[in-house]
Amino acid sequence: MSQLFFGYFAGMIVITSILVVALKNPVYSALSLLVMFFHVAGLFITLHAEFLAAVQIIVYAGAILVLYLFVVMILNVTQDDRYHSQWRIAGVVCIPLFIESLLLLSGGAGAVNTGSRSLQSGPDGAIATDNTLAIGKTLYSTYLFPFEVASLVLLVAMIGAIVLAKKDIGQRET
Amino acid sequence: MTEFGLRLAISLTQIAAVMGIVVITVLILTLAERKVLGWMQDRMGPMEVGPYGILQPFADAIKLFFKEDIIPAGANKFLFTMAPILCLIPAFIGFAVIPWGPNQTFEVGGITVRPFVISDINIGILYVLAFASLGAYGIILGGWASNSKYSLLGGLRSAAQIISYELNVGLSIVGVLILGGSLSLVKITDAQAGGFWHWYVFALPAPQIFALVVYVISSVAETNRVPFDLPEAESELVAGFFTEYSGLRFAFFFLAEYANMVLVSCVAAALFLGGWNAPYPGTIMAFIGLPSLAWAENTMWFAVKTYSFLFLFFWLRATLPRLRYDQLMRFGWKVLLPIALGNIVVTALAVFFFQ
Repeated sequence: MSQLFFGYFAGMIVITSILVVALKNPVYSALSLLVMFFHVAGLFITLHAEFLAAVQIIVYAGAILVLYLFVVMILNVTQDDRYHSQWRIAGVVCIPLFIESLLLLSGGAGAVNTGSRSLQSGPDGAIATDNTLAIGKTLYSTYLFPFEVASLVLLVAMIGAIVLAKKDIGQRET
Repeated sequence: MTEFGLRLAISLTQIAAVMGIVVITVLILTLAERKVLGWMQDRMGPMEVGPYGILQPFADAIKLFFKEDIIPAGANKFLFTMAPILCLIPAFIGFAVIPWGPNQTFEVGGITVRPFVISDINIGILYVLAFASLGAYGIILGGWASNSKYSLLGGLRSAAQIISYELNVGLSIVGVLILGGSLSLVKITDAQAGGFWHWYVFALPAPQIFALVVYVISSVAETNRVPFDLPEAESELVAGFFTEYSGLRFAFFFLAEYANMVLVSCVAAALFLGGWNAPYPGTIMAFIGLPSLAWAENTMWFAVKTYSFLFLFFWLRATLPRLRYDQLMRFGWKVLLPIALGNIVVTALAVFFFQ
Protein backbone atom coordinates (compact mmCIF):
# COMPACT_ATOMS: atom_id res chain seq x y z
CA MET A 1 0.00 0.00 0.00
CA SER A 2 2.72 2.47 1.00
CA GLN A 3 4.72 1.48 -2.10
CA LEU A 4 1.68 2.32 -4.22
CA PHE A 5 1.33 5.76 -2.57
CA PHE A 6 5.04 6.42 -2.96
CA GLY A 7 4.89 5.49 -6.63
CA TYR A 8 1.94 7.82 -7.22
CA PHE A 9 3.46 10.78 -5.37
CA ALA A 10 6.92 10.33 -6.90
CA GLY A 11 5.51 9.95 -10.40
CA MET A 12 3.32 13.03 -10.07
CA ILE A 13 6.25 15.04 -8.68
CA VAL A 14 8.39 14.12 -11.69
CA ILE A 15 5.62 14.86 -14.20
CA THR A 16 4.58 18.19 -12.68
CA SER A 17 8.20 19.30 -12.22
CA ILE A 18 8.79 18.74 -15.92
CA LEU A 19 5.57 20.59 -16.72
CA VAL A 20 6.75 23.59 -14.68
CA VAL A 21 9.61 24.19 -17.10
CA ALA A 22 7.94 22.80 -20.23
CA LEU A 23 4.63 24.71 -20.24
CA LYS A 24 4.62 27.97 -22.15
CA ASN A 25 2.03 29.83 -20.13
CA PRO A 26 3.69 31.02 -16.88
CA VAL A 27 0.40 30.82 -14.97
CA TYR A 28 0.07 27.15 -15.87
CA SER A 29 3.69 26.65 -14.82
CA ALA A 30 2.94 28.15 -11.43
CA LEU A 31 -0.10 25.90 -11.09
CA SER A 32 1.85 22.75 -11.85
CA LEU A 33 4.33 23.89 -9.23
CA LEU A 34 1.38 24.08 -6.83
CA VAL A 35 0.38 20.51 -7.67
CA MET A 36 3.99 19.46 -7.14
CA PHE A 37 4.13 21.07 -3.68
CA PHE A 38 1.01 19.13 -2.77
CA HIS A 39 2.53 15.84 -3.78
CA VAL A 40 5.75 16.61 -1.92
CA ALA A 41 3.57 17.20 1.15
CA GLY A 42 1.91 13.85 0.45
CA LEU A 43 5.34 12.22 0.35
CA PHE A 44 6.10 13.73 3.77
CA ILE A 45 2.85 12.23 5.10
CA THR A 46 3.80 8.75 3.88
CA LEU A 47 7.01 9.24 5.90
CA HIS A 48 4.93 10.14 9.01
CA ALA A 49 6.28 13.71 8.97
CA GLU A 50 2.92 15.48 9.20
CA PHE A 51 4.40 18.68 10.59
CA LEU A 52 6.73 19.05 7.62
CA ALA A 53 3.84 18.35 5.25
CA ALA A 54 1.72 21.12 6.80
CA VAL A 55 4.65 23.56 6.80
CA GLN A 56 5.40 22.66 3.18
CA ILE A 57 1.89 23.67 2.16
CA ILE A 58 1.65 26.75 4.41
CA VAL A 59 5.02 28.22 3.42
CA TYR A 60 5.50 27.18 -0.19
CA ALA A 61 1.99 26.79 -1.54
CA GLY A 62 0.30 29.33 0.73
CA ALA A 63 2.81 32.17 0.64
CA ILE A 64 5.69 31.91 -1.80
CA LEU A 65 3.80 30.62 -4.81
CA VAL A 66 1.05 33.22 -4.35
CA LEU A 67 3.75 35.88 -4.66
CA TYR A 68 5.04 34.22 -7.85
CA LEU A 69 1.54 34.29 -9.29
CA PHE A 70 1.24 37.90 -8.19
CA VAL A 71 4.34 38.87 -10.20
CA VAL A 72 3.32 36.79 -13.22
CA MET A 73 -0.08 38.45 -13.33
CA ILE A 74 1.17 41.99 -12.82
CA LEU A 75 3.70 41.57 -15.64
CA ASN A 76 0.89 39.96 -17.66
CA VAL A 77 3.21 37.69 -19.63
CA THR A 78 0.71 35.33 -21.19
CA GLN A 79 3.23 33.82 -23.58
CA ASP A 80 6.90 34.59 -23.45
CA ASP A 81 9.06 32.71 -25.93
CA ARG A 82 12.32 34.30 -24.84
CA TYR A 83 12.99 31.66 -22.20
CA HIS A 84 11.93 28.73 -24.34
CA SER A 85 14.82 29.07 -26.78
CA GLN A 86 17.36 28.20 -24.10
CA TRP A 87 17.13 24.43 -24.42
CA ARG A 88 20.71 24.21 -25.73
CA ILE A 89 22.12 25.75 -22.53
CA ALA A 90 19.79 23.55 -20.51
CA GLY A 91 21.06 20.49 -22.34
CA VAL A 92 24.68 21.38 -21.65
CA VAL A 93 23.86 21.80 -17.96
CA CYS A 94 21.80 18.63 -17.83
CA ILE A 95 24.27 16.16 -19.38
CA PRO A 96 26.83 16.29 -16.51
CA LEU A 97 24.02 16.13 -13.94
CA PHE A 98 22.56 13.10 -15.70
CA ILE A 99 25.95 11.34 -15.78
CA GLU A 100 26.46 12.13 -12.12
CA SER A 101 23.14 10.65 -11.10
CA LEU A 102 23.85 7.55 -13.19
CA LEU A 103 27.20 7.16 -11.43
CA LEU A 104 25.56 7.59 -8.04
CA LEU A 105 22.85 5.04 -8.81
CA SER A 106 25.17 2.38 -10.21
CA GLY A 107 28.70 2.73 -8.82
CA GLY A 108 28.03 4.10 -5.36
CA ALA A 109 25.25 1.63 -4.56
CA GLY A 110 26.96 0.27 -1.45
CA ALA A 111 27.51 3.71 0.05
CA VAL A 112 23.92 4.78 -0.69
CA ASN A 113 22.56 1.65 0.93
CA THR A 114 24.30 2.21 4.26
CA GLY A 115 23.20 5.83 4.17
CA SER A 116 19.56 4.98 3.62
CA ARG A 117 19.64 2.32 6.32
CA SER A 118 20.87 4.80 8.90
CA LEU A 119 18.27 7.30 7.72
CA GLN A 120 15.47 4.79 8.19
CA SER A 121 16.57 3.62 11.61
CA GLY A 122 17.00 7.21 12.79
CA PRO A 123 13.43 8.56 12.69
CA ASP A 124 11.80 5.29 13.82
CA GLY A 125 12.15 6.33 17.44
CA ALA A 126 10.78 9.79 16.65
CA ILE A 127 7.67 8.43 14.90
CA ALA A 128 6.54 6.77 18.09
CA THR A 129 6.31 10.12 19.89
CA ASP A 130 4.74 13.34 18.63
CA ASN A 131 6.36 14.27 15.34
CA THR A 132 6.11 18.04 15.99
CA LEU A 133 7.58 17.62 19.47
CA ALA A 134 10.47 15.59 18.09
CA ILE A 135 11.30 18.22 15.47
CA GLY A 136 11.10 21.01 18.05
CA LYS A 137 13.32 19.19 20.52
CA THR A 138 15.98 18.38 17.91
CA LEU A 139 15.91 21.87 16.45
CA TYR A 140 16.32 23.62 19.80
CA SER A 141 18.90 21.28 21.33
CA THR A 142 21.17 19.53 18.81
CA TYR A 143 20.83 22.05 16.00
CA LEU A 144 20.39 25.24 18.04
CA PHE A 145 23.46 26.97 16.62
CA PRO A 146 22.70 26.32 12.91
CA PHE A 147 19.10 27.35 13.61
CA GLU A 148 20.17 30.69 15.08
CA VAL A 149 22.61 31.28 12.22
CA ALA A 150 19.83 30.60 9.71
CA SER A 151 17.55 33.10 11.44
CA LEU A 152 20.36 35.68 11.39
CA VAL A 153 20.87 35.11 7.65
CA LEU A 154 17.12 35.58 7.07
CA LEU A 155 17.17 38.77 9.14
CA VAL A 156 20.02 40.13 7.00
CA ALA A 157 18.07 39.26 3.85
CA MET A 158 14.99 41.02 5.25
CA ILE A 159 16.91 44.18 6.11
CA GLY A 160 18.52 44.07 2.67
CA ALA A 161 15.14 43.83 0.98
CA ILE A 162 13.85 46.83 2.96
CA VAL A 163 16.94 48.90 2.09
CA LEU A 164 16.61 48.02 -1.60
CA ALA A 165 12.88 48.75 -1.71
CA LYS A 166 12.95 51.99 0.26
CA LYS A 167 15.35 54.04 -1.85
CA ASP A 168 14.41 57.27 -0.10
CA ILE A 169 15.93 56.27 3.27
CA GLY A 170 19.27 57.89 2.46
CA GLN A 171 17.75 60.89 0.71
CA ARG A 172 15.53 61.86 3.61
CA GLU A 173 18.51 62.08 5.95
CA THR A 174 20.52 64.44 3.76
CA MET B 1 -11.53 -6.00 3.93
CA THR B 2 -14.94 -5.74 5.61
CA GLU B 3 -13.30 -3.77 8.39
CA PHE B 4 -11.84 -1.38 5.83
CA GLY B 5 -15.25 -1.13 4.14
CA LEU B 6 -16.98 -0.38 7.43
CA ARG B 7 -14.36 2.23 8.32
CA LEU B 8 -14.81 3.87 4.93
CA ALA B 9 -18.61 3.83 5.28
CA ILE B 10 -18.43 5.44 8.73
CA SER B 11 -16.02 8.12 7.53
CA LEU B 12 -18.17 8.89 4.50
CA THR B 13 -21.28 9.16 6.71
CA GLN B 14 -19.46 11.57 9.01
CA ILE B 15 -18.23 13.65 6.08
CA ALA B 16 -21.72 13.76 4.57
CA ALA B 17 -23.21 14.81 7.92
CA VAL B 18 -20.65 17.59 8.43
CA MET B 19 -21.03 18.84 4.86
CA GLY B 20 -24.80 18.85 5.29
CA ILE B 21 -24.59 20.82 8.52
CA VAL B 22 -22.21 23.34 6.96
CA VAL B 23 -24.39 23.86 3.89
CA ILE B 24 -27.50 24.26 6.06
CA THR B 25 -25.59 26.75 8.23
CA VAL B 26 -24.66 28.71 5.11
CA LEU B 27 -28.30 28.76 4.03
CA ILE B 28 -29.31 30.05 7.46
CA LEU B 29 -26.51 32.61 7.35
CA THR B 30 -27.59 34.14 4.05
CA LEU B 31 -31.00 34.84 5.54
CA ALA B 32 -29.62 35.78 8.98
CA GLU B 33 -27.22 38.28 7.45
CA ARG B 34 -29.98 40.11 5.59
CA LYS B 35 -32.29 40.01 8.60
CA VAL B 36 -29.62 41.23 11.04
CA LEU B 37 -28.51 43.98 8.65
CA GLY B 38 -32.16 44.92 8.20
CA TRP B 39 -32.83 45.18 11.92
CA MET B 40 -29.66 47.16 12.50
CA GLN B 41 -30.71 49.61 9.79
CA ASP B 42 -34.24 49.79 11.23
CA ARG B 43 -35.99 47.85 8.45
CA MET B 44 -37.48 44.38 8.13
CA GLY B 45 -35.13 42.55 5.74
CA PRO B 46 -36.64 39.99 3.30
CA MET B 47 -40.32 39.38 4.11
CA GLU B 48 -41.95 38.16 0.88
CA VAL B 49 -40.96 34.50 0.44
CA GLY B 50 -42.61 32.26 3.01
CA PRO B 51 -43.72 33.30 6.50
CA TYR B 52 -41.49 36.11 7.74
CA GLY B 53 -39.19 35.56 4.75
CA ILE B 54 -37.68 32.32 6.03
CA LEU B 55 -37.79 30.63 2.60
CA GLN B 56 -35.65 33.37 1.03
CA PRO B 57 -32.45 31.21 0.92
CA PHE B 58 -34.26 28.57 -1.18
CA ALA B 59 -35.55 31.23 -3.55
CA ASP B 60 -32.00 32.56 -3.91
CA ALA B 61 -30.62 29.07 -4.51
CA ILE B 62 -33.21 28.29 -7.21
CA LYS B 63 -32.50 31.63 -8.88
CA LEU B 64 -28.74 30.94 -8.94
CA PHE B 65 -29.31 27.45 -10.39
CA PHE B 66 -31.37 28.67 -13.31
CA LYS B 67 -29.35 31.75 -14.18
CA GLU B 68 -27.53 31.78 -17.49
CA ASP B 69 -23.93 30.72 -17.14
CA ILE B 70 -21.73 33.21 -18.98
CA ILE B 71 -18.06 32.76 -19.81
CA PRO B 72 -16.71 36.11 -21.01
CA ALA B 73 -14.95 36.39 -24.37
CA GLY B 74 -11.19 36.11 -24.03
CA ALA B 75 -11.44 34.36 -20.69
CA ASN B 76 -9.26 31.39 -19.95
CA LYS B 77 -12.00 28.75 -19.96
CA PHE B 78 -10.13 26.08 -18.02
CA LEU B 79 -9.07 28.30 -15.16
CA PHE B 80 -12.35 30.20 -15.20
CA THR B 81 -14.12 26.90 -14.51
CA MET B 82 -11.53 25.66 -12.03
CA ALA B 83 -11.32 28.79 -9.87
CA PRO B 84 -14.68 28.49 -8.04
CA ILE B 85 -13.95 24.82 -7.24
CA LEU B 86 -10.44 25.71 -6.05
CA CYS B 87 -12.06 28.28 -3.78
CA LEU B 88 -14.73 25.92 -2.45
CA ILE B 89 -12.66 22.81 -1.64
CA PRO B 90 -10.26 24.47 0.86
CA ALA B 91 -13.21 26.13 2.57
CA PHE B 92 -14.93 22.79 3.21
CA ILE B 93 -11.93 20.54 3.81
CA GLY B 94 -10.91 22.33 7.02
CA PHE B 95 -14.01 21.11 8.84
CA ALA B 96 -12.49 17.61 9.01
CA VAL B 97 -10.54 18.39 12.19
CA ILE B 98 -13.09 20.53 14.06
CA PRO B 99 -14.40 18.82 17.22
CA TRP B 100 -18.15 19.46 17.39
CA GLY B 101 -18.84 17.68 20.64
CA PRO B 102 -17.35 15.71 23.52
CA ASN B 103 -14.38 13.45 22.90
CA GLN B 104 -16.32 10.23 23.47
CA THR B 105 -16.11 7.03 21.45
CA PHE B 106 -18.34 4.05 20.78
CA GLU B 107 -17.76 0.73 19.07
CA VAL B 108 -19.37 -0.38 15.81
CA GLY B 109 -18.39 -3.90 14.72
CA GLY B 110 -15.04 -3.72 16.49
CA ILE B 111 -14.16 -0.27 15.19
CA THR B 112 -13.81 2.71 17.52
CA VAL B 113 -15.84 5.63 16.20
CA ARG B 114 -15.50 9.24 17.28
CA PRO B 115 -18.89 10.69 16.43
CA PHE B 116 -18.04 14.37 16.82
CA VAL B 117 -14.82 14.74 14.88
CA ILE B 118 -14.08 13.31 11.44
CA SER B 119 -10.36 12.96 12.07
CA ASP B 120 -8.24 13.86 15.07
CA ILE B 121 -4.87 14.36 13.43
CA ASN B 122 -1.94 15.54 15.51
CA ILE B 123 -1.36 18.67 13.40
CA GLY B 124 -5.05 19.69 13.37
CA ILE B 125 -4.66 23.47 13.52
CA LEU B 126 -1.81 23.54 11.00
CA TYR B 127 -4.00 21.54 8.64
CA VAL B 128 -6.72 24.20 8.90
CA LEU B 129 -4.19 26.99 8.31
CA ALA B 130 -2.67 25.18 5.33
CA PHE B 131 -5.96 24.82 3.53
CA ALA B 132 -7.17 28.30 4.51
CA SER B 133 -4.12 29.74 2.76
CA LEU B 134 -4.98 27.83 -0.41
CA GLY B 135 -8.31 29.61 -0.72
CA ALA B 136 -6.37 32.55 -2.17
CA TYR B 137 -5.63 30.57 -5.35
CA GLY B 138 -9.27 30.30 -6.30
CA ILE B 139 -9.66 34.05 -5.87
CA ILE B 140 -6.55 35.13 -7.81
CA LEU B 141 -7.04 32.63 -10.60
CA GLY B 142 -10.70 33.58 -10.92
CA GLY B 143 -9.69 37.22 -11.16
CA TRP B 144 -6.98 36.52 -13.71
CA ALA B 145 -8.96 34.08 -15.87
CA SER B 146 -11.90 36.50 -16.22
CA ASN B 147 -9.91 38.72 -18.59
CA SER B 148 -11.23 41.84 -16.89
CA LYS B 149 -9.29 44.65 -15.23
CA TYR B 150 -11.62 44.85 -12.26
CA SER B 151 -11.39 41.13 -11.64
CA LEU B 152 -7.60 41.12 -11.94
CA LEU B 153 -7.21 44.01 -9.52
CA GLY B 154 -9.63 42.38 -7.08
CA GLY B 155 -7.75 39.11 -7.28
CA LEU B 156 -4.34 40.71 -6.73
CA ARG B 157 -5.62 42.74 -3.81
CA SER B 158 -7.01 39.63 -2.25
CA ALA B 159 -3.70 37.80 -2.67
CA ALA B 160 -1.78 40.54 -0.86
CA GLN B 161 -4.45 40.81 1.81
CA ILE B 162 -4.68 37.10 2.51
CA ILE B 163 -0.90 36.68 2.75
CA SER B 164 -0.58 39.64 5.12
CA TYR B 165 -3.38 38.63 7.45
CA GLU B 166 -2.70 34.89 7.36
CA LEU B 167 0.54 35.66 9.16
CA ASN B 168 -1.36 37.39 11.95
CA VAL B 169 -3.83 34.50 12.23
CA GLY B 170 -0.93 32.07 12.52
CA LEU B 171 0.92 34.15 15.13
CA SER B 172 -2.16 34.94 17.22
CA ILE B 173 -2.87 31.26 17.88
CA VAL B 174 0.71 30.48 18.97
CA GLY B 175 -0.13 31.62 22.52
CA VAL B 176 -2.95 29.08 22.66
CA LEU B 177 -0.64 26.37 21.35
CA ILE B 178 1.90 27.20 24.08
CA LEU B 179 -0.81 26.90 26.74
CA GLY B 180 -2.36 23.79 25.24
CA GLY B 181 0.89 22.03 24.43
CA SER B 182 -0.59 20.39 21.35
CA LEU B 183 -1.57 21.13 17.75
CA SER B 184 -4.62 18.87 17.84
CA LEU B 185 -7.90 20.78 18.16
CA VAL B 186 -9.40 17.88 20.14
CA LYS B 187 -6.63 18.03 22.74
CA ILE B 188 -6.74 21.84 22.93
CA THR B 189 -10.50 21.77 23.54
CA ASP B 190 -10.20 19.01 26.14
CA ALA B 191 -7.61 21.06 28.04
CA GLN B 192 -10.14 23.90 28.47
CA ALA B 193 -12.77 21.86 30.32
CA GLY B 194 -14.18 22.91 33.70
CA GLY B 195 -15.74 26.34 33.49
CA PHE B 196 -15.20 29.53 31.55
CA TRP B 197 -12.22 30.55 33.71
CA HIS B 198 -10.33 27.67 32.06
CA TRP B 199 -11.02 28.95 28.54
CA TYR B 200 -7.84 30.28 26.99
CA VAL B 201 -9.30 33.77 26.61
CA PHE B 202 -9.41 34.09 30.38
CA ALA B 203 -7.08 31.31 31.56
CA LEU B 204 -4.26 32.11 33.93
CA PRO B 205 -1.31 32.55 33.81
CA ALA B 206 -1.64 34.17 30.36
CA PRO B 207 -5.13 35.27 29.24
CA GLN B 208 -5.23 35.25 25.44
CA ILE B 209 -7.64 38.16 25.12
CA PHE B 210 -5.37 40.19 22.83
CA ALA B 211 -4.70 37.10 20.74
CA LEU B 212 -8.46 36.63 20.34
CA VAL B 213 -8.88 40.23 19.17
CA VAL B 214 -6.03 39.86 16.67
CA TYR B 215 -7.42 36.52 15.50
CA VAL B 216 -10.93 37.87 14.96
CA ILE B 217 -9.78 40.97 13.08
CA SER B 218 -7.38 38.96 10.92
CA SER B 219 -9.94 36.30 10.13
CA VAL B 220 -12.44 38.97 9.08
CA ALA B 221 -9.75 40.20 6.70
CA GLU B 222 -8.92 36.69 5.53
CA THR B 223 -12.53 35.94 4.65
CA ASN B 224 -12.79 39.24 2.69
CA ARG B 225 -15.61 40.61 4.81
CA VAL B 226 -16.46 44.24 5.56
CA PRO B 227 -14.52 46.34 6.64
CA PHE B 228 -11.73 44.48 4.82
CA ASP B 229 -13.64 43.55 1.66
CA LEU B 230 -11.27 45.38 -0.69
CA PRO B 231 -11.06 42.45 -3.13
CA GLU B 232 -14.73 43.06 -3.93
CA ALA B 233 -15.04 46.77 -3.16
CA GLU B 234 -18.09 47.66 -5.22
CA SER B 235 -17.45 51.40 -5.26
CA GLU B 236 -14.10 50.94 -7.05
CA LEU B 237 -14.02 47.44 -8.56
CA VAL B 238 -17.68 46.66 -9.50
CA ALA B 239 -17.63 43.32 -7.69
CA GLY B 240 -13.92 42.50 -7.55
CA PHE B 241 -12.70 39.07 -8.50
CA PHE B 242 -16.14 37.65 -9.29
CA THR B 243 -17.33 40.52 -11.49
CA GLU B 244 -17.60 38.23 -14.52
CA TYR B 245 -19.07 35.23 -12.72
CA SER B 246 -22.73 34.34 -12.88
CA GLY B 247 -25.07 31.50 -12.03
CA LEU B 248 -23.71 28.41 -10.33
CA ARG B 249 -20.06 29.49 -10.46
CA PHE B 250 -20.93 32.70 -8.62
CA ALA B 251 -22.83 30.56 -6.12
CA PHE B 252 -19.66 28.54 -5.50
CA PHE B 253 -17.68 31.67 -4.59
CA PHE B 254 -20.54 32.78 -2.39
CA LEU B 255 -20.72 29.39 -0.67
CA ALA B 256 -16.95 29.38 -0.18
CA GLU B 257 -16.99 32.80 1.48
CA TYR B 258 -19.69 31.79 3.94
CA ALA B 259 -18.17 28.36 4.60
CA ASN B 260 -14.88 30.14 5.39
CA MET B 261 -16.73 32.38 7.83
CA VAL B 262 -18.18 29.32 9.57
CA LEU B 263 -14.76 27.67 9.63
CA VAL B 264 -12.92 30.60 11.21
CA SER B 265 -15.74 30.96 13.75
CA CYS B 266 -15.48 27.27 14.64
CA VAL B 267 -11.71 27.55 15.03
CA ALA B 268 -12.07 30.67 17.20
CA ALA B 269 -14.63 28.90 19.39
CA ALA B 270 -12.47 25.79 19.72
CA LEU B 271 -9.20 27.60 20.42
CA PHE B 272 -10.22 30.52 22.58
CA LEU B 273 -13.69 29.85 23.99
CA GLY B 274 -13.34 26.23 25.06
CA GLY B 275 -15.06 24.65 22.06
CA TRP B 276 -17.91 22.41 23.16
CA ASN B 277 -17.21 22.93 26.88
CA ALA B 278 -20.01 24.61 28.81
CA PRO B 279 -19.10 27.83 30.71
CA TYR B 280 -19.75 25.99 34.00
CA PRO B 281 -18.00 22.82 35.23
CA GLY B 282 -19.61 19.62 33.94
CA THR B 283 -23.00 19.64 32.24
CA ILE B 284 -26.58 20.20 33.41
CA MET B 285 -27.62 16.92 31.79
CA ALA B 286 -25.14 14.99 33.94
CA PHE B 287 -26.31 16.97 37.00
CA ILE B 288 -29.98 16.01 36.59
CA GLY B 289 -29.03 12.38 35.94
CA LEU B 290 -28.97 12.11 32.15
CA PRO B 291 -25.23 11.87 31.38
CA SER B 292 -25.95 10.05 28.12
CA LEU B 293 -27.51 13.26 26.76
CA ALA B 294 -24.59 15.49 27.78
CA TRP B 295 -23.37 15.55 24.17
CA ALA B 296 -26.48 17.47 23.11
CA GLU B 297 -25.75 20.21 25.63
CA ASN B 298 -22.07 20.35 24.62
CA THR B 299 -22.85 20.51 20.92
CA MET B 300 -25.36 23.27 21.63
CA TRP B 301 -22.68 25.30 23.41
CA PHE B 302 -20.38 24.89 20.42
CA ALA B 303 -23.15 26.11 18.12
CA VAL B 304 -23.86 29.09 20.41
CA LYS B 305 -20.19 30.13 20.39
CA THR B 306 -19.87 29.72 16.64
CA TYR B 307 -23.03 31.69 15.97
CA SER B 308 -21.89 34.50 18.29
CA PHE B 309 -18.80 34.92 16.14
CA LEU B 310 -20.93 34.82 12.99
CA PHE B 311 -23.19 37.49 14.47
CA LEU B 312 -20.07 39.58 15.11
CA PHE B 313 -19.27 39.36 11.38
CA PHE B 314 -22.72 40.80 10.52
CA TRP B 315 -22.48 43.40 13.25
CA LEU B 316 -19.14 44.64 11.87
CA ARG B 317 -20.63 44.79 8.40
CA ALA B 318 -23.49 46.97 9.60
CA THR B 319 -21.22 49.24 11.65
CA LEU B 320 -17.89 49.90 9.97
CA PRO B 321 -16.99 51.62 6.69
CA ARG B 322 -14.45 50.02 4.36
CA LEU B 323 -10.76 50.71 4.93
CA ARG B 324 -8.52 52.18 2.26
CA TYR B 325 -5.96 49.76 0.83
CA ASP B 326 -2.88 51.38 2.38
CA GLN B 327 -4.68 51.63 5.72
CA LEU B 328 -5.43 47.93 5.52
CA MET B 329 -1.80 47.02 4.93
CA ARG B 330 -0.48 49.44 7.56
CA PHE B 331 -2.97 48.12 10.12
CA GLY B 332 -2.04 44.52 9.45
CA TRP B 333 1.73 44.92 9.52
CA LYS B 334 2.25 47.77 12.00
CA VAL B 335 -0.54 47.20 14.54
CA LEU B 336 -1.71 43.58 14.54
CA LEU B 337 1.67 41.94 13.90
CA PRO B 338 3.47 43.60 16.86
CA ILE B 339 0.52 42.79 19.15
CA ALA B 340 0.60 39.14 18.08
CA LEU B 341 4.39 38.93 18.53
CA GLY B 342 4.19 40.63 21.92
CA ASN B 343 1.48 38.18 22.97
CA ILE B 344 3.76 35.25 22.11
CA VAL B 345 6.61 36.68 24.21
CA VAL B 346 4.35 37.45 27.20
CA THR B 347 2.63 34.06 27.05
CA ALA B 348 5.91 32.17 26.76
CA LEU B 349 7.37 34.05 29.74
CA ALA B 350 4.23 33.54 31.82
CA VAL B 351 4.10 29.82 31.08
CA PHE B 352 7.82 29.49 31.80
CA PHE B 353 7.62 31.21 35.19
CA PHE B 354 4.19 30.23 36.53
CA GLN B 355 3.48 26.77 35.17
